[in-house]
Amino acid sequence: MKLRKLKYSDSFWAFILLLPNLLGFLIFTVFPVVASFVLSFSEWDLLSPMKFVGVSNYVNLASDETFWKVLWNTFYFTLGTVPIGIALSLLLAVALNQKIRGVKLFRAMYFLPVISSTVAVAIVWQWLYNPHFGLLNYILSLFGIEGPLWLTSTTWAMPAVIITSIWKGLGFNMLLFLAGLQGIDSQFYEAAKIDGANAVRQFFHITVPLLAPTTFFVTVMSIINSFQVFDQIHVMTQGGPARSTSVLVHYLYQNAFQYFKMGYASAIAYVLFIIIFVVTMLQFRRTKSWAIY
Amino acid sequence: MRKVTLGRIIAYIVLVLGALSMTIPFLWMISTSFKDLSEVFVFPPTFFGEKIVWKNYLRVSDRYPFGKFFLNSINISVVVVVFQVLTSSMAGFAFARLKFKGREALFALYLATLMVPFHVTLVPTFVMMRNFGWVDTHYSLILPSLVSAFGTFLMRQFFITIPVELEESARIDGCTPFGIFARIFLPLSKPALATLGVFTFMGTWNDYIKPLIFINSVAKMTVPLGLASMQGHYSTDWPVLMAGTVIALLPVLVVFLLAQEYFVQGITLSGIKG
Repeated sequence: MKLRKLKYSDSFWAFILLLPNLLGFLIFTVFPVVASFVLSFSEWDLLSPMKFVGVSNYVNLASDETFWKVLWNTFYFTLGTVPIGIALSLLLAVALNQKIRGVKLFRAMYFLPVISSTVAVAIVWQWLYNPHFGLLNYILSLFGIEGPLWLTSTTWAMPAVIITSIWKGLGFNMLLFLAGLQGIDSQFYEAAKIDGANAVRQFFHITVPLLAPTTFFVTVMSIINSFQVFDQIHVMTQGGPARSTSVLVHYLYQNAFQYFKMGYASAIAYVLFIIIFVVTMLQFRRTKSWAIY
Repeated sequence: MRKVTLGRIIAYIVLVLGALSMTIPFLWMISTSFKDLSEVFVFPPTFFGEKIVWKNYLRVSDRYPFGKFFLNSINISVVVVVFQVLTSSMAGFAFARLKFKGREALFALYLATLMVPFHVTLVPTFVMMRNFGWVDTHYSLILPSLVSAFGTFLMRQFFITIPVELEESARIDGCTPFGIFARIFLPLSKPALATLGVFTFMGTWNDYIKPLIFINSVAKMTVPLGLASMQGHYSTDWPVLMAGTVIALLPVLVVFLLAQEYFVQGITLSGIKG
């Protein structure tokens, strides 16, 4: 009798269905997040015993010139990637939304970089950026421009990484914009046409305002992703030359797995967390719903 | 007949320019992979070499076991996808449709962790794997990825949209909660399951930082890590490097072209909901 009741009990089945998920979640998400926080107040090289040092990791970060440099580089990367990436992907999405032939073909081509591994993309672009024999400087030379040294120049390495990252992410954002555009009621455009509004006015007075939720979402997601950039930098420049492309996650990686400063690395991780937390809160306050995440 | 308007012409120009800049790097990669080293270091560069050179492909695959990298990547990705889809849909159903104590609080905890950048977990996960003796094994890449808060969230959001009448009539007919999940909800959620599967697959297949940290021996490397270590070895031998990159990319590109709709749906579904 009791067993029969159990068979129909919500709580019993919820427990069974949740159990495997909950175990993995607690061990590999909740525990590491808490442990990382604790570690950020310690000094530990994995070999000698762990030593608690209070807030000194955070104090040291504040006076660590390299940390400020990588923080600035992370902002530089984000500022370079996000606005241009969004403008270009919006432009492509609007063009693709003009009821033209070959939509699927274009969409597939824009999507090739998105599905390619960042490591592969980074290696291909390293070759394109070759100052003497690369395709890019050759194309620039056709326009009479002498191309820079790109990845070996402290000035141009970051722009080079930014260009590659924009190129890689364009198709993804374009797809999100395209979905947003298709959600706009065509009646708005018909009414505008009757009122004699031209394409440019339609774009700025209908498309832009009605697409605002999508734009906001894409912006927040792009910022969050930009703050976590690592793969292309590790492959293309290893943070160089002279740390000109070293970003937060790269510095975290170096501290943890090259210098074995686990505590210091954890403190960097928490600074990254705080930055992303603030950006996410902006999104959360605006939409008041989690559905968008 | 479609009208030829100025707007449409501009749209085409924009799209063609975009398509060129998207595809030229790939074509250049393929072109370089078939060139002799001497043909690469010339100015101005040529698109086609004098003859097709196959030996770049042999050189890279002799030294780097790309077949093995693919097997490793497939092995890891398939296990991760199957388990993540399974654990996410089970827990997602519980959160969406079953009543139990502490449901809201637990779900809020899952949501909260979505904000935490994955890199925060790297150091403790490494320490754990080291203590378990799993560094340089595939366990270190598989086990931490079997469960995903994002996947759980995605499935919960999907299950919540299924009409409650379906569930009620099944309950009246004597269906257990598990029966409702397995026989009604799962068959209805194929698009959501496919979406989550595609996302997880892409993420796992292309993952670089975890293999970089956990894997040392060449025989256990995944495709991206193998590719990166090949780059360290051949550094400026561009034809060989490009050949390796072609080998690494081609299968993924083929899969994408075959399953394009799932990718597109997946991204659209995940992005626009509020």
